Amino acid sequence: MRTSFIAKNPSVLVFLLALASFTIIVTILSEGFGIGVISTSFIKTLGKTLCLCLIAVAMDLVWGFAGILSLGHFAFFGLGGYMIGMWLMYERTRLIVTEALMQGQIPPTGSEVIDSIGSQIFGVVGSNEFPLIWTFADSLGLQLLLVVLLPGILALVFGWLAFRSRVTGVYLSILTQAMTLALALYLFQNDSGLRGNNGLSGLQNLPGVEAPQSIVSMWFFLASAMALGLGYSLAAWIVSGKLGSVLRGIRDNETRVRFLGYSVEGFKLAIFTLTACIAAIAGALYYPQAGIINPAEIVPIASIYLAVWVAIGGRGRLYGAVIGAGFVSLISTWFTGGQAPDIPLGFYTIRWVDWWLVLLGLSFVGVTLFAPKGIGGLFDLLKKKEGKA
Amino acid sequence: MSTLLEVSGVSVSFDGFKAINNLSFQIADAELRAVIGPNGAGKTTFMDIVTGKTRPDEGRVIWGEKSVSLLRMSEAQIAREGIGRKFQKPTVFEGQTVRENFLMALKKDRGVLSVLLFRPSKADHEQVDALAEEVGLLAELDRLAGELSHGQKQWLEIGMLLAQEPRLLLVDEPAAGMTPEEREHTSKLLVQAAKTRAVVVVEHDMEFVRRLNCKVTVLHEGGVLAEGSLDHVTSNSAVIDVYLGR
Ligand SMILES: Nc1ncnc2c1ncn2[C@@H]1O[C@H](COP(=O)(O)OP(=O)(O)OP(=O)(O)O)[C@@H](O)[C@H]1O
Ligand SMILES: [Mg+2]
Repeated sequence: MRTSFIAKNPSVLVFLLALASFTIIVTILSEGFGIGVISTSFIKTLGKTLCLCLIAVAMDLVWGFAGILSLGHFAFFGLGGYMIGMWLMYERTRLIVTEALMQGQIPPTGSEVIDSIGSQIFGVVGSNEFPLIWTFADSLGLQLLLVVLLPGILALVFGWLAFRSRVTGVYLSILTQAMTLALALYLFQNDSGLRGNNGLSGLQNLPGVEAPQSIVSMWFFLASAMALGLGYSLAAWIVSGKLGSVLRGIRDNETRVRFLGYSVEGFKLAIFTLTACIAAIAGALYYPQAGIINPAEIVPIASIYLAVWVAIGGRGRLYGAVIGAGFVSLISTWFTGGQAPDIPLGFYTIRWVDWWLVLLGLSFVGVTLFAPKGIGGLFDLLKKKEGKA
Repeated sequence: MSTLLEVSGVSVSFDGFKAINNLSFQIADAELRAVIGPNGAGKTTFMDIVTGKTRPDEGRVIWGEKSVSLLRMSEAQIAREGIGRKFQKPTVFEGQTVRENFLMALKKDRGVLSVLLFRPSKADHEQVDALAEEVGLLAELDRLAGELSHGQKQWLEIGMLLAQEPRLLLVDEPAAGMTPEEREHTSKLLVQAAKTRAVVVVEHDMEFVRRLNCKVTVLHEGGVLAEGSLDHVTSNSAVIDVYLGR
C-alpha cells in the first residue's frame, strides 16, 4: 500500500522539473553566469517573481485549502523583508562608517562607531539613537531567526485571538485587512524605529561582498528558485495526507470537522502561522532584490492583489497559485513599466500605466464569474480529454 | 447497566421562545433509544445541547462513569469523549473520496502534528474496508462522496460515525428521503451498532421506529411527554393528541 509521495503526486515532479529547467535556462542566458542575453535588472524581476510565487503558494495553502481568506499575508511578507533589511543596512553602514573613521588620526572607539552608524541610518527621521527593535541588527544569525520569528509570533497572536472567537468568512478577511492597515500606518510613523516612510534602502548591496550586481542578482535568483521548490514541495506534502483532508474539510464544512473531534481552531491557527512564516521567508528573499522596502509595500491592497493572483491562477491546486502569481505579476510589470504600447482611440488614448488595474479588475471579475477554477482549470480540461482519448 | 448520559432539568430558549423546557433524559450503555415528536418539538436542539453546539440556559448534562459535565467542553472535546453525531441533513465531505471521508473519521490522535504525520497503515485500510462493507459502500471507496446517492451519503455518514468508535451515537432522521429497502438496511445498521454502544435515533417514520424495537421517548414542546415501549406510547392519549392524531 505504501507508495512514495512523488509517485502519488506526479504534479509535484512536473512542477519541480519545470522550475529546474526554467532556472537553468535563465542562468545560461544571464549576464552574471551565462551569455548575457538577460539583463541583470530583468534577472532581479524574475527572482522577485519567484518570491511572489512562493507567497502565492502560502496563500493557496491558507485560502485555497483551508478556506481562510486572509487579506493580510503581505504584512508578513513585508515584515520578513524588514527583518533582513535591518541587518543589511546596519552591516553595510558599519563597514562604511568604520572605514571613514579609520582615516582619522586616532582609531575610533566602539561607541563612536555605533553613534556614527546611528546618525547615518536614523538621520532622515531626525534621530541618531538605535530603537529597541534594532537590538539584534548587528547579528545576521539573529536577524535571520527574526525573519520567521517575528511574523510567526504576530500571526500566532492574531490568529489565536481571531480563531478562538470563531471569527470566520468576510469578518475574518476584514480583520486581517485591519491588521495590515494598522501595521502599515505604524511603520509610516517616523518614530516607529524603522525609518518611517523612507523605509530601508540599499538592500541590494551585500555588506563585505565585492561581487558585482550581475553576480549577486544570480545568487538571489537561485536562492529564490530553491525556496520556491522547497516551499512548493512542503505545501504539496502537507496537503497530500490526512492534514490536507482535514483542511479541505474545514474549508467545506467546519462544523462537521468539529463534530469529528478535531479542534478546528487549532488547525486554522497552525496553517495560518505556518503560511505567515513562508510568506516572511519569501519577503526576506524579495527585498534584497528590490533594493528597498518601505511601508507602502504593506498597504492593504497588496494582500488583496495576492488573493487576486491566486484566484486567477486557480485555488486549491498549488501550481495554480504559482501560475497566477507569475503570470499576473510579470504582465503587471510590463504594463505598469510603460513598455506596453498605448492604444490611441482617436478621441482618447488608453495608457496602460493607468488602465492596467482596470484590466486586472475586469479579469478578476471575469474569472470569478465564468471560470471559478482559474487558469489551472485548463489542466482539468486537458486531463479529461486525455482520459477520453 | 450503568447510565452513560444523564440530562437533567435542561432548558434553553431562543429569543424568549423555550425550545427545550426542563428536559430530563437518561440513556444506558449499549441501549438503543428512539426519540419521536412533532416538528419543532426540540429533538434536534436536544442533540445540539448534548454535542455542545448549543449551550443550555440551565440544567446539567452528565457523562460517563466519572460523571463529568459536558457543558464546559467544546464540540471537538465532546466528540473525542466518544459522542458521535449524524446530522439531519446528510453532511459528508463531498469534494473528497469516500475513503478519505472514512480515514478522517477513524479513531486516531486528533492533534495537528499527528494528523500531519499520519499515514494509513494496512490495518487502517482494512478497517476502512470493513466499515465500507458494513454500510454497503465497498464498491464506492474511490468515488467522490458528492457523487453518491442521497441514501449512500446517509450511510457514509453513519459509517464515519462508526469509524469514530463512539460510546454514544446520536442519529438525527437517518431514514429521511430513503427508499423502503434503504430504510431496512439502515435500521439493521443501527440495531447492530447498538449492540456495543448506546444509540439515540430521532425519526418520524413509525414503521422505522417499530423495526428498531426499542424503548421510545416522545418529546413535545421541549419536554418529555411519554416514555416506554412503542405500543405503550402510541396508546397514550396525550401522544395521540399532539402527534399521531394529526
Ligand atoms: N438556533 C435557533 N434559533 C432560533 N430558534 C431555534 C434555533 N434552533 C431551533 N430553534 C427553534 O426551536 C424549536 C425546536 O427546533 P428543533 O429543530 O429542535 O425541532 P425538531 O424536533 O428537530 O423538529 P423537526 O422534526 O422539524 O426536525 C423550533 O421551533 C425551532 O424553530
Ligand atoms: Mg430536527
